[in-house]
Amino acid sequence: MTELLAYAAARYNYWVYILLMLIGFYAMVAHGNLLKKVIGMNIFQTAIILFFLSTSAKRGGTLPIVGPEALAGGVAPAQLMNPLPHALMLTAIVVMVATLGVALAVLVKIYRRYRSFEEDVILDRL
Amino acid sequence: MGGEVVEAWGPGLALVPSLAAAALIPLSARAPALREAWSLLASVAQAAVVLSMVPGAAAGVVLETTLVELAPGVPLVLRADALGCVFAALASGLWVLTTVYSIGYVRGLHEHAQTRYFFCFALSLFAAVGVAFAGNLLTFFLFYEILTLATYPLVAHKETPAAVQAGRMYLAYTLSAGVALLAATAWLQILVGTVEFRPGGILGEAVPPATLWPLLGLFVLGVGVKAALMPLHSWLPVAMIAPTPVSALLHAVAVVKAGVFGVVRVLGYVVGPELLGGLGAWSAVAWLAAATILAGSLLALAQDNLKRLLAFSTVSQLSYVVLGVALGTPSGVVGGIQHIVNHGVTKITLFFCAGAIYVATGKERVSQLAGIGRRMPVTMGVFAVAALGLAGLPPASGFLSKWYLIRGALEAGQWPFVLVWLASSLLNLAYFLPIIISAFFRRSGEAEGVTEAPATLLVPLVVTGAASVLLGVAPGAFLSLASRAAHDILGGILP
Amino acid sequence: MLLDHLPPLLPVVPLLAALLLPPVGAVRRGLVHPLAAGAGAATAILALLALRRVLAEGVIHYHVGGWEPPWGIELVLDYLSAFTAVAVSGVGALALLYAGPAAGAEVRGREASFFGLALLLLASLLGMIVTGDLFNLFVFLEVASISSYALVATGDGRAPLAAFRYIVLGTVGASLYLLGVGHLYLMTGTLNMADLADRLPALASSRVLAVAVGFLVIGLGIKMGLFPLHGWLPDAYTYAPPAVTALIAPIATKAAAYALARILFSVLGVHRALTEVPLMTLLAWAGAVAIVAGGVLAIRQNDLRRLLAYSSVSQMGYIVLGIGLANRPALIGAYLHILNHAMMKGCLFFAAGAAAARLGGPALADLRWMHRRMPLTTACVIVAALSMIGVPPTGGFFSKWYLLVGAVEGGQPVLAGVILVGGLLAAVYMFRVLEHACLVRREEGDHGPAPPSGRSEASPGMLVPLLALGLGILAVGIWNAPIVSGVLRFAAPAGLR
Repeated sequence: MTELLAYAAARYNYWVYILLMLIGFYAMVAHGNLLKKVIGMNIFQTAIILFFLSTSAKRGGTLPIVGPEALAGGVAPAQLMNPLPHALMLTAIVVMVATLGVALAVLVKIYRRYRSFEEDVILDRL
Repeated sequence: MGGEVVEAWGPGLALVPSLAAAALIPLSARAPALREAWSLLASVAQAAVVLSMVPGAAAGVVLETTLVELAPGVPLVLRADALGCVFAALASGLWVLTTVYSIGYVRGLHEHAQTRYFFCFALSLFAAVGVAFAGNLLTFFLFYEILTLATYPLVAHKETPAAVQAGRMYLAYTLSAGVALLAATAWLQILVGTVEFRPGGILGEAVPPATLWPLLGLFVLGVGVKAALMPLHSWLPVAMIAPTPVSALLHAVAVVKAGVFGVVRVLGYVVGPELLGGLGAWSAVAWLAAATILAGSLLALAQDNLKRLLAFSTVSQLSYVVLGVALGTPSGVVGGIQHIVNHGVTKITLFFCAGAIYVATGKERVSQLAGIGRRMPVTMGVFAVAALGLAGLPPASGFLSKWYLIRGALEAGQWPFVLVWLASSLLNLAYFLPIIISAFFRRSGEAEGVTEAPATLLVPLVVTGAASVLLGVAPGAFLSLASRAAHDILGGILP
Repeated sequence: MLLDHLPPLLPVVPLLAALLLPPVGAVRRGLVHPLAAGAGAATAILALLALRRVLAEGVIHYHVGGWEPPWGIELVLDYLSAFTAVAVSGVGALALLYAGPAAGAEVRGREASFFGLALLLLASLLGMIVTGDLFNLFVFLEVASISSYALVATGDGRAPLAAFRYIVLGTVGASLYLLGVGHLYLMTGTLNMADLADRLPALASSRVLAVAVGFLVIGLGIKMGLFPLHGWLPDAYTYAPPAVTALIAPIATKAAAYALARILFSVLGVHRALTEVPLMTLLAWAGAVAIVAGGVLAIRQNDLRRLLAYSSVSQMGYIVLGIGLANRPALIGAYLHILNHAMMKGCLFFAAGAAAARLGGPALADLRWMHRRMPLTTACVIVAALSMIGVPPTGGFFSKWYLLVGAVEGGQPVLAGVILVGGLLAAVYMFRVLEHACLVRREEGDHGPAPPSGRSEASPGMLVPLLALGLGILAVGIWNAPIVSGVLRFAAPAGLR
């Protein structure tokens, strides 16, 4: 039992991202307000980005910037954070922002037509 | 497929006229005369090409045309062997007459959508000849499906709610059958590695009964629907809502004969008589056919609509062929294949007569035909000869094939089937004789002022009637084709 | 030599054209559509050149910016990607050609951004196809999705709502895909497909791998509209402008299906990796369920475009079923169906758009007299419908034939039955369409010839792509054997039966 708890605690970053994902998913499914759905969608995406970033972190690690002093003393990879997930997530954030932009533009179009963000109101006005 | 195989253009060429007509007819939609000329020209050309191959096929020279590859290792191959020539010659020969008849029929009734009508007719004949010459199951399936879909618009031609419904039923039956046939074909491809038609069959003895029975079941389902084997026959009487030339050529000759032809191909060239006999599978097929013969005749007795009566008679007669081939004796197979031709020519004559009566009087019920024989003596005279021929009485050709079939049953030592055929003959008389008697010997005011149908209708029916008699007197070419085909199928097990 | 850069050129050509459109449109609006259609045609020609080169010289590996994999991004043109690129760019080019005359009032005045988005979609789909990197695939997948969202939203009426639903579900799909990629990266430290394929067999029994693959499959399943993850698809296809549906429906889901096959066979190498979960069996059955459910739902529709949308759900089931069967004939069938379904769905949606423009509405009942008023369009519909049902010699028959042989060879009679029953379901819904389009309900004895008004065939700009696809369906059917033995035989991974 303690073993299991230790295992779970050691991977708390997983639990955080799963929790965030579920919160986002809940908002997307349960909320009748389209704007809140978009917020849920954002939380969902952010959870995944945090998960990626957390995998690159190291206790006591530093930025992987290799300067002259590091070259003099030799590079110690164990003390550098993995830069790749950061680079990937930069791209993913751009994608996320673009999606958000399109979603908001569509919402504007919906609002102009139906004067509401509430799903049931819109369904009534169809 | 037995005998010598020669690569030649003939079988492929036989497909060209009808396909060309199918392309030209829609282009001539605004010129009825031109449209009909294409049909007539194509039918004559097709018949000429097919008939030119008959003597060679009867002598055992098989012409073969390989076109594209359908799938890797499975070519689209056309072979004019004896069996194929029987069906192709029958279908394309009768197409010439039906075209003449159609022209008179659609003009006489001022039918709508004549372009579609002639287009689909040409496409159906394209498919029928393809079915006849198909050298493997995949090629066969290809043309078989085209035949299904080309005839659907003809069944639904009237576009009334009843006709649309009939079209749906027709599709439901035939497409489901196509699915069964496709399943069997794919299974065969994996099981044997080939789907080629070979005389004597391609299923080796290695096939265990647990595989053979479901496979045979799929095949019988696949080709049995078009062959109107009971209980798969219900579409045929319903399809009689189509214009009469369609019922005549397609639902007495091309489509249903494609079905029984498929039965012969499958039993003789895929399963093989040896395997069929060895496992007793033949008796299952034979009894199914026997039941269909009797039930079809009994149901025909109950019909008042003339075309429906003829349809049930067709159901019954088609199974003559199936039963003969299932018996697997030389005379049985010869008789079965002969009957494809004899029944085709005779039944189309009867349909032509029914159509002529409809065009001349607007009547399509048996009970309305009293006294009609005096007004339309030629039509009803031909009708009488053909009807008696189907019952197995000379001079029309039915007696000849029936004679072979009964001899086949005796050769196999299966006297119950002899009784089935005799009973069926009596039933045939029972439903045809009253029509003939009331047409000639009963008087009725209704027939006043009626005259014979126009010549375009009359000439074809006289010609087919004469052909039916001729086939009985001088079976010549078709008998030798049938013997050759029987020799191919049974060659392996004949002494 | 420019042609040495074929792999990047495939996405770059439409991308550059997309960027060129707004300035060109600002100068002369009339040039926008010709430029877009020309870019589409150029892309299709490049894809054909790429396929020819692959056939002649084998697989092309291209290292973007000269960085060696696994550090740099690799583009790969092999038999499968070159074939899919030809299918997607060919049908895409025709859809761009069609979109010009088909684009209605909702696009007028905004042609440059509309065709810019369309080209962006084409570029990103081709990017998905040529890339050899899992994260790069994610980026292209999202660019494709975002341009699809925007294109769907250009429509009036309920289109923005359909687009919103598409955005939410599509984003969930993309996020799950990204999550799957993240797990694979954690396990192996690489994102390059070939590199992953080398490292994954050692982890075959890992449960994390199973989770990762689960995320990837569900994510891509949403993007390709795999039942029951298809929720976004029917509304999006129904309410988007006809020109948009004609572009998205044939090709967008196909690229996702391609990505699934690519990941399962080139990255996981299913027969080597992932021994814990019967993934392929599950996929095959999911495909079977989709075939039946999509078909049954399609039968009940009275709106032509909605009917076609559900038919897409059913037809995607065939592709997934073939991937799940994972033997050589089944995969050949699935890959061939990518091409066939793109062509026949394109043909049918082109026709639906033309019919809606000429006959007044998308309901089936509006198709009355279509065979008289639009004979050539109707002929194309008939050919595509027969292909959908699986009637030889159309292309659709042959993909089903290979799938069927694959199912029988795989010892799966039930799945073989589903493939066949799916054809019958297609017959039911397609003949509902044909009955409305070709049969006029008459009374007994009514031979009245005259349709309500004369011919109103689709304009040449719509008719040409329509006829090209109609003839293409027949051509692919008749000459499928060279395609199969020349290309697709090699597209199935080595080592399969």
